[in-house]
Amino acid sequence: MTKQAESNQTTESEKVYNIINLGPTHPATHGIFQNILKMDGEIIMDAEPTVGYIHRAFEKIAEHRPYNQITPLTDRLNYCSSPINNMGWHMTVEKLIGCEVPKRAQYMRVIIMELSRIADHVICTTIIGQDTGATTGFLYFFQMREKIYEIFEEICGARLTTNIGRIGGMERDFSETAWKKLDIFMKEFPEYLSEFQNLIERNRIFMDRTIDCGPISAERALAYGFTGPNLRAAGVDYDIRVAMPYSSYEDFEFNIPVGQNGDTYDRFMVRIQEMWESLSIIRQAVEKMPEGPFHADVPEFYLPNKEDVYSKMEALIFHFKIVMGETDVPKGEVYHSVEGGNGELGFYLVSDGGRAPYRLHFRRPCFIYYQAYPEMIINGLLSDAILTLSSLNVIAGELDA
Amino acid sequence: MVSNEMTIQLKEKIETLLKEKFPNAVLNVSVEYDFPVFEIEKNAMLDVITFLKNAPETGFGFLTTMAGLHYPDNADKEFGMMYQLHKLETNERIRLKVFTSKNDLKIPSLTHLWPTANWMERQEYDFFGFNFTGHPNLVRILNMDEMNYFPLRKEYPLEDGSRDDKNDKMFGR
Repeated sequence: MTKQAESNQTTESEKVYNIINLGPTHPATHGIFQNILKMDGEIIMDAEPTVGYIHRAFEKIAEHRPYNQITPLTDRLNYCSSPINNMGWHMTVEKLIGCEVPKRAQYMRVIIMELSRIADHVICTTIIGQDTGATTGFLYFFQMREKIYEIFEEICGARLTTNIGRIGGMERDFSETAWKKLDIFMKEFPEYLSEFQNLIERNRIFMDRTIDCGPISAERALAYGFTGPNLRAAGVDYDIRVAMPYSSYEDFEFNIPVGQNGDTYDRFMVRIQEMWESLSIIRQAVEKMPEGPFHADVPEFYLPNKEDVYSKMEALIFHFKIVMGETDVPKGEVYHSVEGGNGELGFYLVSDGGRAPYRLHFRRPCFIYYQAYPEMIINGLLSDAILTLSSLNVIAGELDA
Repeated sequence: MVSNEMTIQLKEKIETLLKEKFPNAVLNVSVEYDFPVFEIEKNAMLDVITFLKNAPETGFGFLTTMAGLHYPDNADKEFGMMYQLHKLETNERIRLKVFTSKNDLKIPSLTHLWPTANWMERQEYDFFGFNFTGHPNLVRILNMDEMNYFPLRKEYPLEDGSRDDKNDKMFGR
């Protein structure tokens, strides 16, 4: 062996990799999660994700709270679409106590849930644009989220962590202003959406950056427990709104958009198409909105009117019992899932008849699919890893519970 | 109790299949709302789940979720794991339960069947301290590594009693 070859061999065996931290608090990670990356130049060789930075022990806290006080905890799971979490929790309890919610309340819930799905997808799609360098679309289209939050504010008084609805229905009917704001939104939004679509969808830079970026096959996606838009982008048409309809979703006609490659571009396109479907669901719900009460007749769970509390004995008793958490709840265990912004959001509730759940487990889609992240980014570029992360739409609150 | 025809049919179908294949493995069968629930003997659990996943007549190919359970008063069955499987093609769902004694928290890991079981099991280890045998990397995931107890067990109160930064002698909480 010549000296030259020998020295070449040693350089090869001593190949140096760079270890870098992606996160925990980097603006491009859109949340607090850390990835320790082993880099060969700009290629990722290995990734080790760390989660739990905003773990707040919701499953433990929930064992110490009466049922109506758990709704604010669910707000803070996927805080980009809190109303879906709230409704999912209400429906879980309603399933446990066997409460049938009137049609009007169900339709109102559908409107709110689809609005928040749009809000969730607005964030994800604009952020994908932003991370490829298209700030205009982000700043422009983000105004629509503001409009949605204004509707939420009109309905329930809160914007982000909404605590919307009650066990048994809605806390109040939609006001005149809420209907008006919804009307304006329904007129404005399609324009904004198609303009955003025109701006981004066939853009050369955007397509070059996102096509074949962070792909996952349908088999791997299913093995990793993917649900929601990320699974549908891989080509599996699993949507809980169709598979196990809740809150009268069977009354509406809508398509489930699916992708083919499961890459960033498909995830983006599926979300864009879902916004159109959500719009159509809201339109149908507004058109078909039935008359009637906006909450079920369950005085043990639904807070009475304040005037009644001051003037009627029964209302006073129920009010006291609900607020002090003295309501009898049936024993049993129940699982209910809703189609959240990111997939199957499930609530597994074990009740022993006490004032608080005996055990409450959240099936959080983000937590479950984020573990596929290393597999999706290894052997890719660092800049692709950032895009893959934003297209997965990992929300730290849901990740860490 | 709300339980429709389909759930009962599914329960009977799976019950017959399991009892035929694993005569001693099924300890208890019930219907909880819209879910058939099977309590499985711990030693047979891995075989049963592998069968449910791979056999063509069952084919529950999707692991929806899993959750730990703690019943301190059930002697020799203090800890349990709940698994939910889903067959997407026919939209059938079942729930399995396995119970184990507090002195032996070994439960076979499902990571070789579903990669998604990895973090799910790490989470239940973090909360309850299950020892999933065969798990490639069983370390804490949500709580900090230095934590020396398993917080979701029933004996631990919601808050640390020795904390003095939250003094509420005057107002209560």
